[in-house]
Amino acid sequence: MTAVSPAAITAHAWGWRHASRRAWAVRDVTFRVEPGERVLLLGASGAGKSTLLQALAGVLGGDDEGESEGELLVDGRPAAASRGRSGLVLQDPDAQVILARVGDDVAFGCENLGVPRDEIWERVRSTLDAVGLDLPLDRPTKALSGGQKQRLALAGTLAMRPGLLLLDEPTANLDPAGVAEVRDAVGRIVDATGSTLVVVEHRVDVWLPVVDRVIVLGAEGTASEGLLADGNPQAVLGARGPELARAGVWVPGIPPLLPPAPVREPGEELLSARGLSVARVRGVPVAAGIDLEVRAGEALAITGPNGAGKSTLGLTLAGLLPASSGAVEASATLAAGAGPTPIAWRSRDLLTRIGTVFQDPEHQLLARTVREELEVGPRALGLPESETRSRVDDLLERLRLTPLARANPYTLSGGEKRRLTVAAVLATAPRVLVLDEPTFGQDARTWAELVALLARLRDEGSAVITITHDEAVVDALRARRFVLPAPPSAAMSGGVAA
Amino acid sequence: MTLLETRPRTGAVAQTNPVAKLAASAVIALPLILTLDWVSAAVALALESVLFLFAGLSWREFWVRTWPVWLAAPLTALTIALYGATSGQVYAEWFVVRISEGSLMLAIATFFRVLAVALPSVVLFVTVDPTDLADGLAQILHLPSRFVLGALAGLRMVGLFLDDWRALELARRARGVADRGRIRRFAGMAFALLVLSIRRGSKLATAMEARGFGAPGQRTWARASRFGRREWALVAVGAAISTLAVSAAVAAGTWNFILGPR
Repeated sequence: MTAVSPAAITAHAWGWRHASRRAWAVRDVTFRVEPGERVLLLGASGAGKSTLLQALAGVLGGDDEGESEGELLVDGRPAAASRGRSGLVLQDPDAQVILARVGDDVAFGCENLGVPRDEIWERVRSTLDAVGLDLPLDRPTKALSGGQKQRLALAGTLAMRPGLLLLDEPTANLDPAGVAEVRDAVGRIVDATGSTLVVVEHRVDVWLPVVDRVIVLGAEGTASEGLLADGNPQAVLGARGPELARAGVWVPGIPPLLPPAPVREPGEELLSARGLSVARVRGVPVAAGIDLEVRAGEALAITGPNGAGKSTLGLTLAGLLPASSGAVEASATLAAGAGPTPIAWRSRDLLTRIGTVFQDPEHQLLARTVREELEVGPRALGLPESETRSRVDDLLERLRLTPLARANPYTLSGGEKRRLTVAAVLATAPRVLVLDEPTFGQDARTWAELVALLARLRDEGSAVITITHDEAVVDALRARRFVLPAPPSAAMSGGVAA
Repeated sequence: MTLLETRPRTGAVAQTNPVAKLAASAVIALPLILTLDWVSAAVALALESVLFLFAGLSWREFWVRTWPVWLAAPLTALTIALYGATSGQVYAEWFVVRISEGSLMLAIATFFRVLAVALPSVVLFVTVDPTDLADGLAQILHLPSRFVLGALAGLRMVGLFLDDWRALELARRARGVADRGRIRRFAGMAFALLVLSIRRGSKLATAMEARGFGAPGQRTWARASRFGRREWALVAVGAAISTLAVSAAVAAGTWNFILGPR
């Protein structure tokens, strides 16, 4: 990697308000980052970390998108006018792949900056090398794993030789192996290029080895608007650790509160799979030979590498996808007269029997307000109005959604959406719950709340099936582990989908 | 997604610039659209079949890709035979159906024309890689790069939409609302998909801007899109097919210009 001239950042009483919002996303922020510094930017959910990062990258949009105040300078020039001086990597691996082939995707940024052709390909090769992606240039980008896609995005950004590297939760959506891949690549790169680094991430322990400074943004509307803390990592985390942990930051040494162990042994069997193969597309099984049983009052964790078919297994157990071969069978207690095969049940029958929380909350949102969203299930069951109201009020309260009752579900933050979809499923009190990556990308506070809620459901006699990469969830729920092996094709092709 | 399938192709035609394929299909199709006779279409089809041998498609792939055309051509011809303009001797008549000498001639002409116009377009475009086409459109035809690259990046999202649609379907079953109101549910899902795609689109736009898309200054192109001898040759082959087809029709006296006097 060629060294670059690192950029400096100056923020002076800077703030930004989205055009559609009354409250400022971030306000009264003042700091200076010297060239070559490596900063971890922290703050509670909704503190405006992403907004600040996008502003630094110059992609926040013009006056029609929102209003800004104060100054935000990169190398002494307004950040909005210095696009190309900084490079931004975002959270969602799928949203950042631009072109169909690996080499072309990395070249895209260079083309936009007008780099001569021969030099582009030189840069493409050296940056792919730097991020550790040893792939042919014509490899289709859709065949990459999440960690590989993030490193591809990183390569595409680095090829532009930015003096300021901006990373917005680049590892939040990755499995543990992907997290390490990306973090290590970033570490090597900033060592080699000497560029300035600003990274936003809840998981502090992941990035501590790489950064030399921590800046904490205060939450909007609190006494501590602006900066909460700024300094070297040890000092900031030492002095502000407990406060940060309460705000949702994963502070090393301050683990979130864990629920107590289950008080009872698991009860009767509710659901079982025998010789099961699962397929999302008919005739293309992704996992086979599955035997398992699900018991009342038990947490079951389905784990395994990406591409092993965990989500597909979850959807099949939940009575949403037909088995490719073999069978999923509900016990008489669970079926309660609806027949032994969940996939043959009516949609309405599922509500009180098996509830599913999808990985992407936006797939399961149906209503215009948070309250209506919670009413969908009870209404479909035909519950009396008073019963519906009391259930919904109770859930709103328990999941801290009461102030948002009239908000549009799509406008909620990631953590709020997750709580909403869990609440919507609980509204019809299913005996079995299937949750696909419920803690993905959640801050420590939401994480602890979700885990506590699931533990309580387990202790009340529900079966909780969690599909997860998150070892901490498995431990916290004292879950029985069901490991799906890596798909054979991935092993043969050198771990493309690893 | 078959839409974005990218694998190296062999064959002289397959490796030709997509813009040349576009031009060649247009050159072949244009005169055939303007006439209604069987000689020009049959001659064009015969000449095209030689071209297909160099298209870089396997025998199996050829039929897999073109079967809808082979289905559509006789069906169209049948319709014309039964209902086409009547002239000459009438062979059969039943209600509005009237099979005549004239309608049969028209049917044969239509059969060949559908094949002669559709087959080269399908065969030439099966081997087009979207990225190469975008390069060609922007560098050779000088279409605006913002438009071309935006469309190219958007195309990649079609596969994601299919996944989204499946997930929306399952989620509605899980939420207990999939038993009734099929049409209303479909409308709701379509709306949800629209919202999801707009959100995906704006995320993609942010990612593209973060990589300097739309930055002021001259853009460069990592892949050169060339229009050289081979490309001109393909267009010339197309022009030759058209010329021969039209000449044959004129010589045989069957040339029937659709815009001309009857």
